[in-house]
Amino acid sequence: MAVLASRRIQAPFTEKVVRGLALGESVLLSGPVFTARDRLHKHIFEGGALPVALKDGALFHCGPVMLQKEGVWQVRAAGPTTSMREEPYVPTVIRTTGIRVIIGKGGMGAATEEACAKFGCVYLQATGGAAQVLARTVERVQGVHFEKEFGMAEAMWELVVKDLPAIVAVDARGDSLFRKVAASSCRARYHLLRDHPAEPGGKKGRSAR
Amino acid sequence: MRNIGLVLENSLLQLVRRTAVDIPADVEAVVRKACADEPQASNARAVLETILENIRLARQVDAPLCQDTGGLLFYVQVPAGWDTNCFASAAGAAIARATREGTLRQNTIDAVTGQECPLNLANGSPSIHFTQAARDTIDVRLVIKGGGSENVGCQYSLPNEELGAGRDLEGVRRCMLDTAFRAQGQGCAPGILGVCIGGDRASGYACSKEQFLRKMDDRSPVSVLSALEERALQEANQLGIGPMGLGGKTTLLGVKIGSLSRVPASFFVSVSYMCWAFRRRGILLESGGGIIRWLY
Repeated sequence: MAVLASRRIQAPFTEKVVRGLALGESVLLSGPVFTARDRLHKHIFEGGALPVALKDGALFHCGPVMLQKEGVWQVRAAGPTTSMREEPYVPTVIRTTGIRVIIGKGGMGAATEEACAKFGCVYLQATGGAAQVLARTVERVQGVHFEKEFGMAEAMWELVVKDLPAIVAVDARGDSLFRKVAASSCRARYHLLRDHPAEPGGKKGRSAR
Repeated sequence: MRNIGLVLENSLLQLVRRTAVDIPADVEAVVRKACADEPQASNARAVLETILENIRLARQVDAPLCQDTGGLLFYVQVPAGWDTNCFASAAGAAIARATREGTLRQNTIDAVTGQECPLNLANGSPSIHFTQAARDTIDVRLVIKGGGSENVGCQYSLPNEELGAGRDLEGVRRCMLDTAFRAQGQGCAPGILGVCIGGDRASGYACSKEQFLRKMDDRSPVSVLSALEERALQEANQLGIGPMGLGGKTTLLGVKIGSLSRVPASFFVSVSYMCWAFRRRGILLESGGGIIRWLY
C-alpha cells in the first residue's frame, strides 16, 4: 500500500490538535470511538440521556455487523455509513456533547461545517465499503448501549481502535473537500454540456418533441 | 422434495456467502486499473489501495466485503413448469442462516413500524425475478446492493427542461451525466451506472438493475448504445469527482445501457448506481439443486 505521511491522533482529542489538522490530510486515529447512526443522532438531538460522556471524543457513522462468541462481541464488518442523513442533527450533537471528531463517509452540510468551525470539530472520511480494513483496526469492543431499543446496526457500540485510516474532509475552519470537488465537477459538467454541438432540428441538446 | 429443498438451500447459502465476501474478478480488475491510473501520493490512490486491501482481506478472513449487506436481488432462470415456490423457500432458509452467522447484517426494516424484520425475511426481501425457459438446469444470479448506492439512483422523464434533455440519445447522455454528477461520492464512487432507456417507471428501474448482470468488459450489442456507454464513462470521469468524491481520475468504473419499448406519451431514462463493492455472483444448478459450476 502507498503510505501517505499520516499523522497519528489519539482520543481524547484536544481543540488544539483538531484545529491543527489540515484539509485533505491523512490521519491514523486511535482510542475509543462510538458508533452513531440515525436513531442515536435523533435521541441525542431530542435531549435523550447518554450513558457515556462524549466530550473530546469521536463518533463513527457506522452500523457494524457484530457477532457474539462465548459472550464476547466481535466486529465482523465495520465500514462507514452515509453521513449526510444525520445533517439535521449533527450541529446540535456537536454543541451538546462536545465531540471533536466525526468519522463517516460522503461529507456533511453547511450547518455542520459551521459547527465544526465554531466548536472545534473535524469530519474524517473513512473509505466507504472498507468494512474489513476498518474492522481490523478494532482492538476490542468495550461495550454497547441502546442495543435493545435500536437494534444491532443502530446501537451505540464502543469500539477501541488502533490506527484507523481516514482523510480530513471537513477541517475545523469549516472548509470541505467535498465542496471543492463539487464545485470543480460542476464546472466540468458545464463544459461537457455546453460544448456539445446542437442536435439537428432543434435547440442545442434537444430534439423536436 | 425435502431433499431437493435442502440441497438447493445449501447451494444458495454458498452463493450468498461468496457474493457477500468475494468480489468478482472482472470488477477487481477494473479497480486495480483505476488505482494504477491515480498519482502515487494522492488521496484517490490511497482510497483505491484501501479498497484493494479490503477486497483481499475479506477473502482472507471470509467476512463481508462491506457492512451494508444490502438488499438481495436474485435473478433465476428455471425450466418451464419448475416449482418456483420451492426456490423461494430454499432462498429464505439460506438467507436466515447467512444472517445468523453474520454473513448478512440484520438489514431489513418494516417501513411502516420501523421494526426489524428478523433474519432479513419480509415482504419485499429478498427480491426474486423468475424467468422460465426450455432448459433443464437452473441459472441463479445474485446481486447484493447496498443502500448508499441505491439512494443516488435517478429516474428521468424526458423531455427534461432543467437538463436540456430531449427524447433522444443526447438526452440520455445528459441524464447519465447528471446522475454521476449529483451522486458525487455518495454512492461510494467509483461506481457503475446501470441504465434503461424506455419502459415504465417500474420496468425501467428493474431493467436498469439487470444491467448489473453484465460483465465489466462487455459492451452493448447495439452499436449506438455501445458508443454511448463508452462516451458516458469517459465524460463522467472528466468530472473529476474521484473515489469517494475526494477528487481523482476515476469517478465511474463502467456504464451499462439497456432498453425497453415505451408508450408514446412516456420516455423514461432510469439510472441505477452501483458502488465499487459490486457484489455479483452466479451459479448453474442441476435439477436436483446441486452446483454444476460458478458463473462469472
